[in-house]
Amino acid sequence: MSARTAADIAVGEDLLHVDDISLSFGGVKAIQNISFNIVKGEIRAIIGPNGAGKTSMLNVINGFYHPQEGTITFLGEERRKMRPYRAASQGISRTFQNVALFTGMSTLDNIMAGRSLKMHRNFFWQMFRYGPALNEEIEHRRAVEEIIDFLEIEHIRKTPVGQLPYGLQKRVELGRALAAEPSLLLLDEPMAGMNLEEKEDMSRFVIDVNQQFGTTIALIEHDMGVVMDLADRIVVMDYGKKIADGMPKDVQSDQNVIDAYLGVAH
Amino acid sequence: MSADKSAARGEVRSIDSLVTFPQYLLLNARRFATRPAMRHKNYGIWQSWTWLQMHEEIRAFSLGLKELGLDKGQKIAIIGANRPRLYWTFCAAQALGAVPVPIYSDSIAEEMEYVLEHAETVMAVCQDQEQIDKVLSMGKKLKTLKTIIYDEPRGMRDYDLDELRSFEDVQKLGEKTLGSKDAADEWEKNIYQAKGDDLAVMLYTSGTTGRPKGVMLSNDNMVKTAISANEFDHFDETEQIVAYLPLAWVGDHVFSYGQAFTAGYCVCCPESAETVNEDRREIAPTYFFAPPRVFEIMLTAIMVRMEDAGTFKKKMFHYFLDHASKVGEKILNGEKVAVFDRIKYFIGELMVYGPLKNRLGFTNVKVGYTAGEAIGPEIFRFYRSLGINLKQLYGQTEASVYISAQPDGEIRAETVGRPSPGVEIEIADSGEVMYRSPGVFVGYYKNEKSTKETKTKDGWVHTGDAGFIDDNGHLRIIDRAKDVGKLIDGSMFAPKYIENKLKFFPNVKEAVAFGDGREFVGVIVNIDLTSVGNWAERNNIAYASYQELAAHPQVYKMMAEHIEQVNRDLSGEEMMAGAQISRFLVLHKELDADDGELTRTLKVRRNFISERYAPLIEAIYDGSTEKYVDTEVIFEDGRKGSISATVEVRDVKVFAPVSHKEAAE
Repeated sequence: MSARTAADIAVGEDLLHVDDISLSFGGVKAIQNISFNIVKGEIRAIIGPNGAGKTSMLNVINGFYHPQEGTITFLGEERRKMRPYRAASQGISRTFQNVALFTGMSTLDNIMAGRSLKMHRNFFWQMFRYGPALNEEIEHRRAVEEIIDFLEIEHIRKTPVGQLPYGLQKRVELGRALAAEPSLLLLDEPMAGMNLEEKEDMSRFVIDVNQQFGTTIALIEHDMGVVMDLADRIVVMDYGKKIADGMPKDVQSDQNVIDAYLGVAH
Repeated sequence: MSADKSAARGEVRSIDSLVTFPQYLLLNARRFATRPAMRHKNYGIWQSWTWLQMHEEIRAFSLGLKELGLDKGQKIAIIGANRPRLYWTFCAAQALGAVPVPIYSDSIAEEMEYVLEHAETVMAVCQDQEQIDKVLSMGKKLKTLKTIIYDEPRGMRDYDLDELRSFEDVQKLGEKTLGSKDAADEWEKNIYQAKGDDLAVMLYTSGTTGRPKGVMLSNDNMVKTAISANEFDHFDETEQIVAYLPLAWVGDHVFSYGQAFTAGYCVCCPESAETVNEDRREIAPTYFFAPPRVFEIMLTAIMVRMEDAGTFKKKMFHYFLDHASKVGEKILNGEKVAVFDRIKYFIGELMVYGPLKNRLGFTNVKVGYTAGEAIGPEIFRFYRSLGINLKQLYGQTEASVYISAQPDGEIRAETVGRPSPGVEIEIADSGEVMYRSPGVFVGYYKNEKSTKETKTKDGWVHTGDAGFIDDNGHLRIIDRAKDVGKLIDGSMFAPKYIENKLKFFPNVKEAVAFGDGREFVGVIVNIDLTSVGNWAERNNIAYASYQELAAHPQVYKMMAEHIEQVNRDLSGEEMMAGAQISRFLVLHKELDADDGELTRTLKVRRNFISERYAPLIEAIYDGSTEKYVDTEVIFEDGRKGSISATVEVRDVKVFAPVSHKEAAE
């Protein structure tokens, strides 16, 4: 195993890069020969029209899909494919396009679940909730409370998340992802379906996470205004191909991108 | 322990000689050293400070401010929610003879800029990044502002400005000076040098008209008022209150700071604005204070929740509430009540009232006050019938709150009680209420003209409210003197009275009545999204937005029914029967303080609304059935947007006045 951890990598160096990734489902070519990198400390956005393969790309990064071709290099270790468990234990966590929370559990429990990889006491200790297991729980509870404080969701601490409005569920999901203290955070449309105010709040949280914890973030988002403001660098995809990659202002003026979004006369 | 040493420092002064709050701090650090002075829920746990610990925190911060150059007479702005550190700032500044100026934290940048500039503040203590950003956005325009201090470091990492400092840093700066032997003695000496007529605090009134005015209050104003208020309700160091109202409001300043320091009781700061209800439940305060709006919201929440309850619970709830409305108040007032009714009330207490009070966090309430504006009598009676000792008080910033309050056992919904201790009240020939008291303000800051208009040479102050003293010696407020008017046919028109009747319905959040100099009364109604939304859900009414729900025909029908009910009530009242509501409309947006439609303490700004919605009001009176409007809205960060809608205007049934003879039959 690679001995490198995220801490060994300096800000500005590659945290992850993907090379020549191709993924197809039967005859459908979801991703074709895509390469890009994510450097430590940045907010990297992946944008593109519907069906461009953005979510597939995130799924490849965290090992949910296995590409037919190409390699993924995370923390300097090159792999043919990721495994979700390994991705999670090495510091990649994510949120989903369709909120995927435990709806019957409270906000607190959902976020606590995000720390399960960090809990080391075995089942028996935890069952009795005694001694080291109790100390461990207190320690993790504190970490969770800090996240609750950070995301300003104190008022819903004990509310079952199924009862929460969509915007708050998204925030809880972000909280759960943060609970794993990731070095790379993947956000799949964190602001989809939100109103202006919720979007602004969420944007602020994304920036704060990036600055406060130094977490590297890769996000997919449709709201161009938000993306251009948030992202340091942007990858643009269309029909499974990368059509542009660069700073927001370069991407914005790129003819290929404009064509992809507005359509071209054939 | 070092704590003991610092408490023993300095000389002992008798309590009667104390004239400022920092002096009380020194006293409390000694007499209540181990009693809790303040609590704050953080990371899900209540953290507390004893008076001794609080004394040390305040001293460190105060000395830090001194190091940064804060001097006697200078102004220091305080912007944020109810946080211990912001309360400490008041005392820390006063200890140096500086004057704290709290500012409403939800003010838009422009309002804030006006106050910061007008008060010539040299420092600002902000709660968090949001407030810091607002202050920084004013940039160079604030010539006097030199130092900005923040409480919560979150998001402040990348701010690389010399004038910015964290609260801890300032405290560390102060602690460093404590190393030299005399610093603490010097600090205490300075505190004892303060005089009663020195300025204690400057509060900007949000005002229902015009620019905010800076009300200057002296140490004597505040301390004397706080002491007599404590005596009036027998408060001592065992009280607990939850501080959740805006810091910049005189009410909060007196209850959560003034009275707490003089009585030595414990002030609890909630975790966040959204958790107040939960936090109140955990603390179970003994003393509770809220403007009518808060009681209205709570009542709405109860009723909405009950609608969702099972049939049995619902029946039980309504059965016992009916009983409470019959005998609850009498029992609370100590009047004669039949034994059987008492037993039934006791069962109700076990089954309904007790659990309900627990839910609301009112289990231990000794005294609850409502003030700020008139409360609807029905709402007032509801809470009293549950056995909560809710009372009304009448006050103003200019009076350091207290003008009149209801003594225990003399409570009637329609009065605001007897003059508070030390207050003289007179009714001017015009019907305006005037008062004179030790709490009367020094003047408006840099506004001689307004001071002269409001305060006479012998210290009488115009309240701007019309009222009279009733047969029992209680003060009754009719309405703001300016607002009471007449319809064309001569019937008296008191808008607040009508609005309050409407607001008793949980579905009505706000109502604004018009009618002065008009043929009939028209109202603009705001629906309550919580309550109406819940109703819509139960009745399978789909809606996508507030605007859509407000315009729904079913909602209109419901509002029409409510208004008819109000008209029926009004028709039975001799003085008011002529002013029944003839036409109404449901407004397409919620009235909001950010748009200037409400004051920061959520009072309706009538004139502003009548100007802003002039086309709608005209539509009420020219007989049209609908009207298109386009309204500008302002977001909290100052950006503007607009909402447009076609609003329907409807007629309602008016009832013939019922003469009192008939009603008596």
